[in-house]
Formats: sequence, C-alpha cells, structure tokens
Amino acid sequence: MLVLIGVAILALGFLIRANPLLVVVIAALAASLAAGHGPLQAISELGKAFNDNRLVSISWLVLPLIGLLERGGLQARARQLIVRIRLEAPGRLLLAYFVLRQIVGALGLTAVGGQTQMVRPIIAPMAEAAAERQRGGVLPEPLRMWLRAHAAAADNVAIFFSEDIFIAFGSVLLIKSFLDTQGVVLAPLQLSLWAIPTALAALAVHGARLMLLDRKLKLPPPDEEPPEATP
Amino acid sequence: MIGTGQVYALVGAMFAAVALLSARDRENPRRWGNAAFWGLVAVSFLAGGRIGGFANGLLVIALALIAGLGGLGQGAPATTSPAEREASAQRLGDRLFLPTLIVPAVSVIGSLTLKSLTLGGHALVAAKDATVVSLALGVIAALAVALPMLKAPLAAPLQEGRKLMDTVGWAALLPQALAALGTVFAAAGVGQVVGGLIGRAVPLDTPFAAVCAYTIGMALFTVVMGNAFAAFPVMTAAIGLPLIVHRFHGDPAVMGAIGMLSGFCGTLVTPMAANFNLVPVALLEIPDRWAVIRVQAPTALVLLIVNTALMYFLAFRA
Repeated sequence: MLVLIGVAILALGFLIRANPLLVVVIAALAASLAAGHGPLQAISELGKAFNDNRLVSISWLVLPLIGLLERGGLQARARQLIVRIRLEAPGRLLLAYFVLRQIVGALGLTAVGGQTQMVRPIIAPMAEAAAERQRGGVLPEPLRMWLRAHAAAADNVAIFFSEDIFIAFGSVLLIKSFLDTQGVVLAPLQLSLWAIPTALAALAVHGARLMLLDRKLKLPPPDEEPPEATP
Repeated sequence: MIGTGQVYALVGAMFAAVALLSARDRENPRRWGNAAFWGLVAVSFLAGGRIGGFANGLLVIALALIAGLGGLGQGAPATTSPAEREASAQRLGDRLFLPTLIVPAVSVIGSLTLKSLTLGGHALVAAKDATVVSLALGVIAALAVALPMLKAPLAAPLQEGRKLMDTVGWAALLPQALAALGTVFAAAGVGQVVGGLIGRAVPLDTPFAAVCAYTIGMALFTVVMGNAFAAFPVMTAAIGLPLIVHRFHGDPAVMGAIGMLSGFCGTLVTPMAANFNLVPVALLEIPDRWAVIRVQAPTALVLLIVNTALMYFLAFRA
C-alpha cells in the first residue's frame, strides 16, 4: 500500500502545477524508497528505467525537418489552403478542418494546425463569419461563444484521434517502450494500425455532431440559452 | 548490423548540436541552462548504455532540477520573416508537403522490408529495430529532398530544430520520463496494489469486465492526472498486462493502442489538461472556463464506449 505514495505525489504535483518533469522524478524515487529499496538503489533504478526508455524520445528526430519546412512556409501554405475552403455552413467548415487535421496528424505533422497557429487566427473567425452569413445578421453572444468552443474542440478531437497512427509519435513509442520493459515485444506498426478504428469512429461521431451543429445554428434560438443546454 | 544503437547515436548528435548552438546564442539570457539541458540529453543518447544506472539516475535528476528551477530559456536563431514564408509558400505550393510524406512512407515501407536485407548472409538490420531505423532513414531522405528544394543553408535544419526544441522545452522529455516512471512503478509493485484495489471493488473474472475496468480506469486516471501518458503505465501494469494479456490472452498491441486512446477520452474532459482545454478558452476569449470541455464531453463519452467495444472485439478476435 505504501508504494501508492508515488501515485499520490504524481496527482498532487500535477494539481499544484509543479514542474511535471520534477514531479515525475520525485514520484519515481518515492515509490522505490517506499518499496524498501535504498536511496542509491532508487537512483539507479530510475536511471536504468530512463535509459531503457530512450526509444520514446527518438520522435524528436523529425523536428529539424519540420523546422526547416516551417522556415520555407509550411504553416503559411496550410493557411493558404484552409482559407480557400468555400463552405457556407459553419459545421461543415469545421468538419473540413477536422478531416485535414486528422490527415496531417496521421502523417506526424501535429504542429500543422493547433489552437494558437490555426484555431484562433483562422478557423474560429471563419466559422463565426459563416454563421453570421447564414443567419443573415449578428450572432447572439452565447451562440458565438459556443461556436468558438466547437472550433477549439474540433482541433483537439481530430489531433487526439489521429496522431497515434504515425508510428514515431511519442505515445506510440511510449506504449512500445513500456511494454518492452515488461517483456512484451511489439512492432510500432501494429500499434499504429490499431489506432485507425478509433480514428474513424472519432470522425463519424464528431463529424455527425458538427453536421447537427449547422441545423441548430440555422434556427433562430427560442431563447438566449446556448443550444447545448438541450440534450 | 544496424539497429537502435546507430539511431541513438544520430539522436545524440542532434541534441549535441542543439546544445552547442544554444551555448553560442547570445540572444537567449538562459543559454547556459539550455546548453546544459540539451547537452545532458545528448550524453544520455550517446553514452547512456555505458555509464550505468546510477550515473543515468544522477543525469535524470539534473535534468529535472534544471527544468524545475526554470533554467531553460528560448533560443532565437536567425530565420525567415513571415513575409518571406508567405512568398515561399506561394512559390513552392503543395510541394512543401512532399518531404513530410516521405517520412511516414519510408518508415512504413522500411518496417516491412528492411528485415529481409542481408549482407554476406547476415541481416543488415535487426528485425526488431526495423521501424526505428526506417524512421531515421525517412528523416534523412526527407531532409535530402527538402534542403535543395528550399535552397536553405545546411545549418538551417539544426537551427530551426533547436528553436522548436526550445519551444517544447523540458516537456520534450516528459513522455520518456513517464515511461521510466511506469517501469519504476512496476518494479515497486504499484500495478499489483492498484490492480488489487480495483479487483476488490469490482470482480474482474471475465475478459469483458477486465476490458471495461482497463478502459474506464485509463479515462478516469487521466482525468485525475491530466495526462494519459502518466496513466498508461500504471493502469497497464495493474490490469492491462496481468489480466487482459496474461490471463485472458488478449492481443497486447490492441490493448496498448486502444488503452492509450481511452485515456485520451479522459484528456478531453479534464481541466488538468490545461493546454488543450483551458488555454483555448483564454485564446478565444470565451468567458466560461468549461466551454470547451462541455462541447467535447459527448464525443469523449461515446468514444470511450466505442473504444471499450473495439478492444473487447479486436483483442480477443482469434
């Protein structure tokens, strides 16, 4: 039971927003000590475990390439492509962005798109403008905020359920590396393949919700409540 | 034979270059912090296999202290202006995406074919390392295509890579550190204790019950931690490996892949994952802090159910 102190330190450390890397190191040392290992052994165990899991960090090998392409205008090109999308309905527009974000995520380009890069400067304003055109006038404030939240959500859901298809993404390597240390050896490609069904399910589920969003936006609201108040 | 050793040397060389370039960057007031941090990562990749557990342990503690005490700054290498990027994007068009397609293409093809390459009767690449070697080859091939296409100086990838490395900062090592934590937790027996606690609360004597406990546990644990990477080793040692894989003989690849994705369902609904759920609220100037989480919750819930069903049907498909 005492070893649960490691889990408690982890949860508490994240809760008080301490530096997560420091929290993780302290939690690991505490768990080893609580298991009755001496301090020298605890440090050695942590060091060996860190070294055995180096595989996880080789995903950073792609950064020089991404940086080089960004220097040559990769982000700018993605923006140019997005603004060319001519879709009248905000939900469909968000769905188009969702699909593009899933595709770049599966190619390992998590940095193309994102809340700061794409949602705030481009996607949210485009969706709001589309909604205003469609309703032929101003968008009530609660609806505008709800639509903005949907723009942010489309980005999150799309990237969460696509990045694992890229075999060198951190979480794929984390799964492989951790299972390796536990004696279960897998190829990263197998893990990537089994991420595809959930990616398709995310597209179906969230895509359907974005299509419904257009129907909700088209109707003038019965009152000032944002539409998600009704189930 | 080519294997992870050579790839680690390549990654180590990259981090060593990042450290050296950081040390020379007078624009960064914390340049020595950056140089020390990336330099230690380089040591880990270049020599981690030879210096032993204790020295590696001290190295990790040093990394955590540099990160925790705010020792890292942001490097500022010379780069192109937004206008130049816009013009370059116009000129090159969609060809800019070509190098990014090379990496996954080479990785997948290499993973499937490299293991059958032989030189004088010996395998050229160890079968278990084929993916990792292919990834490195893919990056090198993509750089070879991108550098002449962009007419960029040879140092540009390292300088731009350094800038991105500094942007990610200490968080770059968090996935590896969390995997290490999982290994340490497993050795300390955390998994058995957590598994025992869950087993006492709900009976886990069928494959279906074990899958439900694992996927729902991943999501809930991620809600508490704000991080599926942290939840994964704990829940996998508690339920995933002992029950789904060892007792009920489920496919470990399905368990691992969909288990992590179940954790991501938790990430969508927790304010602990501030980067995803709270930062956009601030960026978009939405008054309600919970607005994004509220919109994401229905998708998260449905996908958790889908993940549970997928794992149950796919892991035990044989």
